[in-house]
Amino acid sequence: MNCPECDGKLNIPDDAAVGEIISCPDCGSDYEISKKDGSNIELKLAEKVGEDWGE
Amino acid sequence: MAKICIVFDRLRTEEKMLKKEGLELGHDTFLLDAKTTKINTDSKKNDFDFGDVILQRCISYFRGLHFTACLEFLDVPVINTFQVASKCGNKLIISLLLKKHGIPTPKTYFSFSSDVALETLEKVGYPLVLKPVVGSWGRGVIPIKDKDTADSIIEMRELTDGTHDRIYYLQELIKRPPRDIRTIMVGGQAVASMYRTSSGGFKTNIATGADPKLCEITKEMEDLCIKASDAVGGGILGIDLMEDEKRGLVVHEINNTVEFKALSKVAKKNIPKEIIEFTVNSLRK
Repeated sequence: MNCPECDGKLNIPDDAAVGEIISCPDCGSDYEISKKDGSNIELKLAEKVGEDWGE
Repeated sequence: MAKICIVFDRLRTEEKMLKKEGLELGHDTFLLDAKTTKINTDSKKNDFDFGDVILQRCISYFRGLHFTACLEFLDVPVINTFQVASKCGNKLIISLLLKKHGIPTPKTYFSFSSDVALETLEKVGYPLVLKPVVGSWGRGVIPIKDKDTADSIIEMRELTDGTHDRIYYLQELIKRPPRDIRTIMVGGQAVASMYRTSSGGFKTNIATGADPKLCEITKEMEDLCIKASDAVGGGILGIDLMEDEKRGLVVHEINNTVEFKALSKVAKKNIPKEIIEFTVNSLRK
């Protein structure tokens, strides 16, 4: 699967789960896996780090 | 066997570890993305499958807090509870609770306008550490060492004017080794502890590059952490302590939705296992 932003190749592990974040090794864009059905994967842009994130 | 729902908004290693441990312990354990869930005032518990108990693991504090309020409205048991999460999310509340419960904690000054914050700095003297009352990973934590810095920082606060920016939380700078201690409490038990050694700067958060090393849990540390856990109502917590040169251990923070990826690498106990077992046992109470 390629990066929607820069067309670089995204490395998505086989055991990646919905909700997991995938970073493009080329441009650094972050994507969240929004759907996964076997090898069919849908991505959406990941949320940016919020002020209230963390512990 | 219990059915455990792990609520998340960004899937981290911790949530995956919890799910794996839950399944290995024979519990029906599943993940639920808070961002995709719809709840309204007419919603009923039976409209959803939230399992028997929910582990609240949202990375966004306010999302997790408000989602927990909705879940408790539906009478779904949540760990940590809204009451616990709302206290832990605010450093001012935690400082007050620690003091009220007789737990040694750094002296902290509260003011509610920039003028009085500057007066406090001038009167108490430098350095003091300015912290946002709501915030994490060490963001916005600034040691103020002189008046010029104080003026600049306070001016910036006035310009950004966030919802909590008019609340000034100024804490004494503890003389300590370049590290602090994080202890994970699960249901009032100290499960694991680590030193978080600064990577060179003032902050000791793992998120800012601090190095985790296993810390033996002493009786004194355990007693303080149990008191601190009780002070907020228990649950799954990260208690932060500093080693003051004069006073010994002081507790400065209690964290909700604790991260344990770094500590689990060096801990003797299986942290996710302890969390799952506590979660399941909480159903029996």
